[in-house]
Amino acid sequence: MTPLMFASAAAGSDLRHAFENVAYLVAAVLFILTFKGLAHPRTAVRANAMGAIGMLIAVVVTLFDRHIIGYQHIVLGLLIGSAVGTVMALRVQMTAMPQMVGALNGFGGGASVLVSGAALMDATRPGYVFEADPVQLTVATVAGGLIGGVTFWGSMTAYGKLEEWKFLKSLHFPGQHFVSGALLLACIGLGVPIVQALATGPGGEALLSSSAIPWYWALVAVASLLGVLSVLPIGGADMPVVICLLNSYSGLAAAATGFVLNNNMLIIAGSLVGASGIILTQIMCKAMNRSMTNVLFGVMGAEGAQVSGDSVYAGKVKSASPEELAMVFDSAQRVLIVPGYGLAVSQAQHAVRDLCQLLESRGVEVLFAVHPVAGRMPGHMNVLLAEANIPYEKVLEMDDANALFPETDVAVVIGANDVVNPVARTDPKSPIAGMPILDVDKARTVIVVKRSLSPGFAGIPNPLFAADNTLMYFADGKRAILDLITAIKAE
Amino acid sequence: MEALVNGLTIFVLAVFVGFEIITKVPPTLHTPLTSGSNAVSGITIVGALVATGNDNPATTWIGVAAIVFATINVVGGFLVTNRMLQMFKRKA
Repeated sequence: MTPLMFASAAAGSDLRHAFENVAYLVAAVLFILTFKGLAHPRTAVRANAMGAIGMLIAVVVTLFDRHIIGYQHIVLGLLIGSAVGTVMALRVQMTAMPQMVGALNGFGGGASVLVSGAALMDATRPGYVFEADPVQLTVATVAGGLIGGVTFWGSMTAYGKLEEWKFLKSLHFPGQHFVSGALLLACIGLGVPIVQALATGPGGEALLSSSAIPWYWALVAVASLLGVLSVLPIGGADMPVVICLLNSYSGLAAAATGFVLNNNMLIIAGSLVGASGIILTQIMCKAMNRSMTNVLFGVMGAEGAQVSGDSVYAGKVKSASPEELAMVFDSAQRVLIVPGYGLAVSQAQHAVRDLCQLLESRGVEVLFAVHPVAGRMPGHMNVLLAEANIPYEKVLEMDDANALFPETDVAVVIGANDVVNPVARTDPKSPIAGMPILDVDKARTVIVVKRSLSPGFAGIPNPLFAADNTLMYFADGKRAILDLITAIKAE
Repeated sequence: MEALVNGLTIFVLAVFVGFEIITKVPPTLHTPLTSGSNAVSGITIVGALVATGNDNPATTWIGVAAIVFATINVVGGFLVTNRMLQMFKRKA
């Protein structure tokens, strides 16, 4: 990593540089161990701490960097950032985790934009000596500004959508995707004059004209618009994919910054995050049986025969009282609870835990089944159940749960819809055809807690609600579970 | 050019390492994985520190803004991940 131009530097400086790089290597290894330790809940807390230690090492070593001469501004920035980060992390509700992660993705992208911009500005200073290939610096800066800008504004848009800000819903216009495509081309076009601002000085040394700076900020502005426009049309249930993708972008932006600064540790950390986001994106897309292109550019529910809710539901939906539902549990030996986004909306996780304990005290086996795209981000339901003290061993993945449904007495669906819609198995023309679902309809009795018969994100009716073995309970998730607990206790 | 090739080598190898270890993370920990990886992507803080503390006054305040962003990412990310993981741990 030490470029040739340092060969003539004093041996002391060389040694210091080597020490710095070894410390960065230690930090990079700690980051790898962080991801490795997340393979199991037992080791995960320690793994996270290792990541934090790696970050601390990287920061402390950098503070001794020979380029750093003033510290007061650094301390100011660190204090503000730490305060805001701490308050956010300690105050956020578990149900709002998608928004939190969305916002954090954005800050990472924003930091990359600013760091790349600052590095570019620094390189236009008279007498600046390039440590790396000048072309690498300019190209990586363009990449950092583009990816970082998209990440920041895309994440802010995702945040607003998750918070259900109304004005974001109305901002649709035809040809949005063509405009996005044009903006992406414009970004690449704006990158050209930045690279062309490189020149060779009289002594053969590389020079960067300050004309690159306005082009860079123009590029960031266009990338920002691109970020907003690409996330705007994406609907609520597709948010897990968007969150994962933006997570990946924030890593790639950090890796681009690594190329700008010629710092291997940044490249390693950034590419790990990039890989993590891409893996999660793939898992989410697979769980919806859709391609990434379809999620990002497709319109859900527009194709296929439109089935009206009336023809599916007419006269067949059985709405039950809490007392009737309580009787269903009388002879039950195994109950599977299927949480959906409705559980998060109504903050029903603690009530569900109480129901679980009540049933267990009566000798019933209670398990949970979580669909990969349940909620607004991957693992959203698992975190809520963990918050309510439900052991993770009781929370089954889709395949394990599906093996158990035929031998389950009662399946309780709380605020989930499309992920339990049997149409995915039966109707090849349905917009959700082929999507892997939780086979709750195979349980002896299905209790569906839902506020109304309104369709889910896919916009199609759900024959499960009209099935012979289904009982509906129309209420807010938490209210319904509390009613049910009272009724079971009263028996 | 050599530095670029070195950087690309490291990038590609790290992506492969990432794929190998991250596919082993169980779905139940996918939210902490996302927030934890978020914190790691705050590593740009290293660049922000140099941009703020160097002798170029033109980049000082851009650097401060970058430090604020990256620190929120790092501190918020690791803390919230720890908060979540503690919830998983206490039942183990």
